[in-house]
Amino acid sequence: MKSAVIVFPGSNREGDMVRALKLAGSDAQKVWHAETELPKGTDLVVLPGGFSYGDYLRCGAIAGRATVMDAVRAHAARGGLVLGVCNGFQILCEAGLLPGILMRNANLKFICHRQFLKVERNDTAFTKNYAKGQAIDVCVAHGEGNYTADAETLKRLEGEGLVAFRYSDAQGNVTQDANRNGSMNSIAGIYSDKLNVLGMMPHPENLVENLVGGTDGRGLFESLVSSFSKAA
Amino acid sequence: MKARVTVTLKNGVLDPQGKAIEGALKSLGVDGISGVRQGKVFDIELETGDKAKAEEALKAACEKLLANTVIENYRVEIA
Repeated sequence: MKSAVIVFPGSNREGDMVRALKLAGSDAQKVWHAETELPKGTDLVVLPGGFSYGDYLRCGAIAGRATVMDAVRAHAARGGLVLGVCNGFQILCEAGLLPGILMRNANLKFICHRQFLKVERNDTAFTKNYAKGQAIDVCVAHGEGNYTADAETLKRLEGEGLVAFRYSDAQGNVTQDANRNGSMNSIAGIYSDKLNVLGMMPHPENLVENLVGGTDGRGLFESLVSSFSKAA
Repeated sequence: MKARVTVTLKNGVLDPQGKAIEGALKSLGVDGISGVRQGKVFDIELETGDKAKAEEALKAACEKLLANTVIENYRVEIA
């Protein structure tokens, strides 16, 4: 699998993302936001975390309109895989690739802690190495992760099974306490209609080695690599 | 030509920042305020002197970038 990690001015998690992808067995390279095309043969596009354009205007608003995003949009329209993490999720929403928006955390605080997520479904390219309903132990670090959408969009996401992850406790129970940013329906990540675009606030790339406290994030990258090698 | 664009949250969208500002005003002893909703103001200079062209450019600016119409409304005033 060949991955392209897009770097915007102010991205800061691209190094960890490349490392996590390589550990899972993907070829991974960084691509500057001013490029008009993705590297030939790109299977997966990743928008990493950070503070693109200093979060000016709205988080992800300016990056969402960067030159390279036309190529990312075309890749997604062809059914290509796209993953956006943290600021990457915000960028996907601003670019119109995912519905809704990430607003300021309900408690107005930047939150940075370990976080369990409930895996809502394990039949997608991103989650096949997890079990359905499994609680995975990852991290969150954001000030604007409060997922918000209009009632109709929310109904559609729920009805069509497009919620990827919810904030949960260690047993996978979706509780109010676990939802520290105030997201609607405890949503931590969502898929596009065709399940080929995933945006999520938590950082799976933080937990890929025992040295730094856990490996639950690895399953996501290994799912991508394995689903791709089987498809090819 | 000059213009001012005001971007505000739509009715019904929660505004935790506005709530925090409201609370701060109360704690400062500013009485008589029953609600605060915050937003953004953009003062924009236009090259054109033609009002119709200016309106067109400003609408494009708002729709493409300045406002996220999922949660925000915008208002354009041309000086």
